[in-house]
This record gives sequence, C-alpha cells and structure tokens, in this order.
Amino acid sequence: MKIAIVDYGVGNLFSIYNALHHVGGHPERISDPEELARATGVVVPGVGSFGRCMQRLAPFRRSLIEVLERGTPMLGICVGMQVLFERSEESPEEGFGWVEGRVVRLPDTLALLVPQMGWNELRIKKDAEILDGISDKDRFYFVHSYYCVPQDPSVVAATTDYGLEMTAAISRDNLSAVQFHPEKSGQKGLTILENFVRLTRC
Amino acid sequence: MLARRIIPCLDCDLGVPQGRVVKGIEFKQIRYAGIPWELAYRYYKEGADEIIFLDITASHERRETMVNVIRETAEKVFVPLAVGGGIKTVEDARKIFNAGADKITMNTTALRQPEIITEIADEYGSQACVVAIDAKRRPGREEGRIMVDTPEGECWFECSFYGGREFAGIDAIAWAQKVEELGAGEIMLTSMDRDGTYDGFDIPLTDAVSRKIRIPVIASGGCGNVDHMLEVFQKTRASAALAASIFHYDEQNIGSVKRRLADEGIEMRL
Repeated sequence: MKIAIVDYGVGNLFSIYNALHHVGGHPERISDPEELARATGVVVPGVGSFGRCMQRLAPFRRSLIEVLERGTPMLGICVGMQVLFERSEESPEEGFGWVEGRVVRLPDTLALLVPQMGWNELRIKKDAEILDGISDKDRFYFVHSYYCVPQDPSVVAATTDYGLEMTAAISRDNLSAVQFHPEKSGQKGLTILENFVRLTRC
Repeated sequence: MLARRIIPCLDCDLGVPQGRVVKGIEFKQIRYAGIPWELAYRYYKEGADEIIFLDITASHERRETMVNVIRETAEKVFVPLAVGGGIKTVEDARKIFNAGADKITMNTTALRQPEIITEIADEYGSQACVVAIDAKRRPGREEGRIMVDTPEGECWFECSFYGGREFAGIDAIAWAQKVEELGAGEIMLTSMDRDGTYDGFDIPLTDAVSRKIRIPVIASGGCGNVDHMLEVFQKTRASAALAASIFHYDEQNIGSVKRRLADEGIEMRL
C-alpha cells in the first residue's frame, strides 16, 4: 500500500480515490486503524459535521499520532483539516488538537451565503511543498461553513477571502491540510495531490 | 472573491449502451449531442466549474447505465459532478454517490417525500443534496402566495413535477425556503416558462428566490447566449448559471463564455 485514505464512514471517498489514482498515487481506503502503519502517506477526508467526524475518527486517534510521529506525510481535507485543531464552534466534541487553535463559523452577514460553495482564490503565505506550482489567485473548490484559526500564524500556507481573510491551507513538518477540495479543483487541485504523492515517495 | 459558476447540463438518454446526450430543440425535435462522458470531459477541459447529468430515460432498467456513465466520467473529470433524474430512495442516491457523483439532484421525490432531503444531507452533507425546482408563472394576485413583480405584471410561481407535466399547487418560493430548512445545500431553479425558448433566464423568479434563501441558487431555463448569463449575474444573486444546448453544438465554448463574463466584471474562474 502507498497512500491510505482514512475510511471512517463519513461521506464519499470516490473522488479523492480517483484523483490520487489519476496523479500516479496508489490509494487504498483503510477502515482498520492498525493498517495505517503500512502507509507511506495518509489522507484524512471529511464532510458533514465536526462532531460526527470526531466521533467516527476516535478509533484512529492513536494510529494517526503514530503516523505523525513517524514523519509520514499526512493531508487533511475540509473537515479533515478542521479536526486537527483543538475545538470547533460547530460541536461540543474536542478535536485532535495537533494544531493549536480553533474552528469558527463563517461571518453571518447578509451579503454572503453560508456555506461558502464554489471556486475561490488563494493567497500564498509561505513556501510549502504541498503548494508547489500554485500561485496567488489560483482558484480552488470550497464547500464549508466553518474555518480554522491557528494560534501560530506561521503554520498558515495560504489564505482565501470570503468576507474576511481566512486560512485555506496549513503546513507544518509532515502535516499538510487544506480547507478546499483538491480532488474537485480541476488541474490546480491535481497539482496539489501530485505534490502530496511526491512527498510520500521522499 | 468567490467566483460565479458556469454549469453545463447534460440530458442523458440511457437507452443505449454508453448513453447519449440529447436535447429537444423547440420542444420536440430531439438532437443527439454525443456520449455523456466524452462531452463531460470536453466541458471539464474547457473550464466548466461543475457538471450536471440529468437522466431523462423514463424506465428503470437503465439505472445500471447511469452508474457506468458516472464511473467513467468520475475517473477523468475533476470538478464537482451532480446527477439527477429518477432518484426515489436513499438507496438510489447511494448508488449514484458510490459510482463517484458528488451531488444528487431531486425534484419530484423531494416534493413527495421531503424527509429524504434531510436523510441525504445527514449522510452525505448538505452540499451533496441539490433540490431542483421547476417553477411556472401564475399571473394575478392570489391569497397566501408569494407575489413577484414582473414586466408582464404580478404573478406567483407554482412548482411542477414530472418534467412540467403535473402541478400540485405548491408555491415555488415558499418551497425553496422549506427545502433550505430541511437541509438542502443548493437549489437548481428552472423556469418552465423559459426552458427551451432561448429568451434568457426568468430574472424576476431568480431574483426573488435568491433573495429569500441563503443557499446557492443555480439559474436554469432559457439561456440562449452569453448575454443571458451576464444578465442573470448582474441582476440577481444567482451563484451559478446552467446551460445545455448552447454548449453542445459548439455554438459557444465554455472558456470563451467565461472570459467574456470576466471582461464584463463578473467574478469567474479562468
């Protein structure tokens, strides 16, 4: 096995599977936490509510910590990014807390629809291998009602503007995460997944 | 800023092995536009922001063909893929998602059993549950209806089912508000008065619905050229514009449509 897609019974994993496969990765859906030890890369997807994702992810906690400690590249996507934080306004359940900070609701102003759904631009904040080949103003497909607020701004790799500037991507050591859906973001999204596949081969 | 979306819609006849994309011209003549996955791939490459397949095959035996069409498309097309037509149960929806679709759209089923909206939103997320509303103008003031001013006078809008063949007295704008409450993530709003006419979107309808709800509205029905898209984006809060025929026969390339809209100041992904 090369890349494990954590399959914890939330949402639809076909898109991410197809996209990783398309860029030359060898993805496999993994529902047994023990099997993550064999992976050279781990993708944590996520849709729906933060609380439900955390409940279902609970059995994976120890295995995912081991993945991080081993230095295996990990990529969180959408709610799979949010669960890395300490807590969310969406649910009482605690997050993993591997990134200090919290997850808050998009501003409730009349001018903006919530969820944000559609293609928004990135603003690159730092060099991160996961964003190789991506430039300011490249657009990605977002679907979310909450966004991440890291305590340490140096983890932020890119932001996007939706009423205010918010975190779109983070990167720290072997951990990367994106609020948008690279698997649904056309060629630019595939570039990000290609970067991830390359990282898993290092 | 968030971009407005351009969405080609492919009406699929699944009575042949790979399926085929069809479009009625002037309400009757059917023209064949191509094989679904090939056309979807072409649109993806041209810059479509999302793709919708609507199964217009009446019978049930063709379900398997749709699964194959989705599977084939999802392997090559990396923008959101929505699929509608004939989804009657959560189990039907599950088959569509398992083949690789990102969203399902429902019209008649949602009207008949609204609880299915909540069930699908709970399992797959709101963003995966699109409700299609086919709205028909009903001129004249009527008690208990949400009235809309149009250049042709005051009217309300009635929902239709079964592709415009049946009506149930339901106010389309009130229904849009209801489906938002039930957990739908998006509304695909088709004007039955404009569908197939190429006269442009129903602006008063699109404006009224997109003002009253806080989930995205996909404007549909009547798009004949890029100026119609410009109009619906300038005059309403529609998040997306849907078109079928104008893209199918090379009358318009999606990329050039989007560049033109961007030149006019509409936020687009180029």
